[in-house]
Amino acid sequence: MAATQSARATGLGDRVRRGLDSDIWYSFTRSPVTVLSAVITAAILLAAVFAPWVAPHDPFDLASIDLLDASLPPVWMADGDPRFLLGTDDQGRDVWSTIIFGARISLVVGFASVIFSLVLGVGLGLVSGYAGGRLDAFIMRVADVQLSFPAILIALLIDGVARSALPRDLHDELAFYVLVFAIGVSGWVQYARTVRGSTLVEKNKEYVQAARVIGIRRGAILVRHILPNVTGPVLVIATIHLAVAIITEATLSFLGVGVPPTTPSLGTLIRVGNDFLFSGEWWITIFPGLALVVLVLAVNLLGDWLRDVLNPKLR
Amino acid sequence: MALLDVRNLRVEFPSRRGSLVAVDGVSLAVEPGDVLGVVGESGAGKSTVGNAIIGLLEPPGEMTAGEVHLAGRRIDDLEPGEKRKLRGKRIGMIFQDPLTSLNPLQTIEQQLVETIELHLGTGEREARRRGVDLLRQVGIPEPELRVKQYPHQFSGGMRQRVVIALALCAEPDVIIADEPTTALDVSIQAQILDLMRALCKEKDVGMMIITHDMGVIADITDRVAVMYRGRLVEHGATVKILGDPDHAYTRSLISAVPRPDVRLVRFPLVTYIEDAKETPRHFDVRRHWLGQARDFGDGAGAGAGAGAGAGPGAKKGDAARAGEGGDGGGRGPGRGPLISLRGLHMRFTTRPSFFKRNRVYLDAVKDLSLDIHEGEVFGLVGESGSGKSTVARMICGLHTPAAGAIRFAGTELTSLAREADLDPFRRQMQMIFQDPYSSLNPRMRVMDIVAEPIRFHRLAGGREEVEGIVSDLLEQVGLGAGAAIRYPHEFSGGQRQRISIARALATRPRFLICDEPTSALDVSIQAQVLNLLKDLQELLRLTMLFISHDLPVIRQMCDRVGVMQGGRLCEVRETEALFESPEHDYTRHLLALMPRLEGLSRQGLEIEEPA
Repeated sequence: MAATQSARATGLGDRVRRGLDSDIWYSFTRSPVTVLSAVITAAILLAAVFAPWVAPHDPFDLASIDLLDASLPPVWMADGDPRFLLGTDDQGRDVWSTIIFGARISLVVGFASVIFSLVLGVGLGLVSGYAGGRLDAFIMRVADVQLSFPAILIALLIDGVARSALPRDLHDELAFYVLVFAIGVSGWVQYARTVRGSTLVEKNKEYVQAARVIGIRRGAILVRHILPNVTGPVLVIATIHLAVAIITEATLSFLGVGVPPTTPSLGTLIRVGNDFLFSGEWWITIFPGLALVVLVLAVNLLGDWLRDVLNPKLR
Repeated sequence: MALLDVRNLRVEFPSRRGSLVAVDGVSLAVEPGDVLGVVGESGAGKSTVGNAIIGLLEPPGEMTAGEVHLAGRRIDDLEPGEKRKLRGKRIGMIFQDPLTSLNPLQTIEQQLVETIELHLGTGEREARRRGVDLLRQVGIPEPELRVKQYPHQFSGGMRQRVVIALALCAEPDVIIADEPTTALDVSIQAQILDLMRALCKEKDVGMMIITHDMGVIADITDRVAVMYRGRLVEHGATVKILGDPDHAYTRSLISAVPRPDVRLVRFPLVTYIEDAKETPRHFDVRRHWLGQARDFGDGAGAGAGAGAGAGPGAKKGDAARAGEGGDGGGRGPGRGPLISLRGLHMRFTTRPSFFKRNRVYLDAVKDLSLDIHEGEVFGLVGESGSGKSTVARMICGLHTPAAGAIRFAGTELTSLAREADLDPFRRQMQMIFQDPYSSLNPRMRVMDIVAEPIRFHRLAGGREEVEGIVSDLLEQVGLGAGAAIRYPHEFSGGQRQRISIARALATRPRFLICDEPTSALDVSIQAQVLNLLKDLQELLRLTMLFISHDLPVIRQMCDRVGVMQGGRLCEVRETEALFESPEHDYTRHLLALMPRLEGLSRQGLEIEEPA
């Protein structure tokens, strides 16, 4: 009895200690690339979250923008201005600040669409795997059909439909949600397929049958018993999907169907700057591009590491 | 000098948390024509010894001390390339699973010819002739025909014969067989063992058999080495060690083996092996929650149910249904059956199709009728695929029968349409599953696993009360209350099975289905779990359906036994009568295949006199 109480009392400290002792943490500290990716990802995340405090300027505050500062090169070049680390764009906005705010938009869209895909995909995968039969066949055929189109095409299609269906000003207001919906819907298939596969395995395990013998209802079995046991691969997919979602968002924004230029994401910044690439102001497009590459690469490397560490066969 | 001589072997598996010594100070010798058995429980290091001899230790394992000599020549320090030449050529190997040790994409002939050409350097024609000859020697009928076939065209036993032929084809000096018959049915096991022994004597080959099964040891070995936690505890002639063991571990191991010929009161305490963590506190069941609300509404447990705590568990509906079921008061057999199966039929679709006529079915259970009386332990026995598990699954509602009726205490369960109507019956019957590694949700704490049925059926109010009950249940199954905050992976197979039992008891059931509850466990752990089930059955006056393919276990546990074959019930008898004078041919066949284990010591056994 005494042992039980002391174990409970030290629950939190115990967890931290066990976490630091776990194989995952061990493998993490042994991989310099992973540590670097994690640091970069964390830095970008923090910068994005605290953008108003981190960024030297507020690129959306029209009062602080001075057109006289337009198109200044980065500081280390001849005409550079020490106020603008990476130079300014054609409207006099600080490129460094727009990147921080742009990364914020990109990450919010990325996370939101990943969560949307995840909920939709995991839900459908669970139902499909557990129910089997015609429902399963139907969901999986829909998935097959969707998989035969490139994700970007589906996102474009959804965006296009929304654009023509909604009045213009309403569309601008809803652009963010349309974008999240478009990217989210284009990505659910992977989650559904993986979760369905794991569910097929798990539902035949004896602990699920034991729950059925007790009398637990289907819904509760799915949520309480099967769901926690199929989340491992989902985590990996979600991490890699985050990188894909950010890229998709950037692509859509680059094509001009993403978020409106008043709240630019990294993709929007690249598109806007692209017009100035050949007139010599390369920094307007190159730096947001570099930021995008670094962010996506870091997230991808984290995802790869997570996949390897959670898959005992590759160890 | 012995043919194969292992001296002072030590194998370590280094990890980042220090080195695990898997085998320590093991010395063994095999003579030509000699069969040496290495016996021990899982984790004893017996397979590691075999792998170390042939140089196939799983990385990061390594031999850190000792020597291995083959016919006077040291072989453990050879270059990997040299060692590889020894394997197959001088040392033959037979593994557990005949399915994975043959290449499915090559015919038997290709595999045999390749090996013979490689090791004996003969021409192809000679190799073919030898291959066919070998197949004949291992007892494969029509070898000229079958040699052209692929592994999947052979049955499990035939495949293992092919593996033996492959091991023999290079005319090795020594054969190491790691659990060669564990994956096979009993009937085939006996034939394979006989064959191996005969070939070993005939060709003067030394053989080392690694097994956990005392039956195998008793059947074919000349000498036996007993391993316990990486060490050799006893080593000598088989007759001597099985009949009059010196070491306490060997004694407890032998005493844990279920006997085919007598029924024990209880398995003697197998204290040498990992046992219950704490001796269960003894409860007065009549006062404790576990014994309360055992009034199932038909007079079965009347008296015990009075008092607080009966609560919502005893639903009014139970009482309403009582009329048909019990005749009140009476105890033991003679009253109406608790479970009554009539004309039960189960059919699985093995090939689904949109069109009815294209579908292929398998009839797993055919027209089965059976009664199980209150308070008895009913055994169901049969080979794999005979449909015994399907019967259990139909009773507890995991499968819906294609036809027939299941009556529980007089109520027909098959006619209940709504799921909620089944709940009171689900509470009264619970099931213990075969595989302790998959029957507990790995993401839940033991507390939540055991508490789930209590919470679902609202058998206790309040968190405190539920946690108290779970602690008591865990004590009762010998794990101690401290187990509650841990996760299943922290427990061994036997301990997990105890958790399963605690979960099954948590609904205060009166009918318990045990589906091969010990077939995944070591023999000593099996003895403990069987003891626990026996104790609980007596304590709580449970009715049990006990399913097993293992006849000696059935004999220890059951009052009456039903024998199943191909989905049909062939014979139902009292246990003693069935074992002493079987009536049905199939029962006789099964009994004849049972290992006799006559040479086993009976030290310390308490034998139950037939009533």
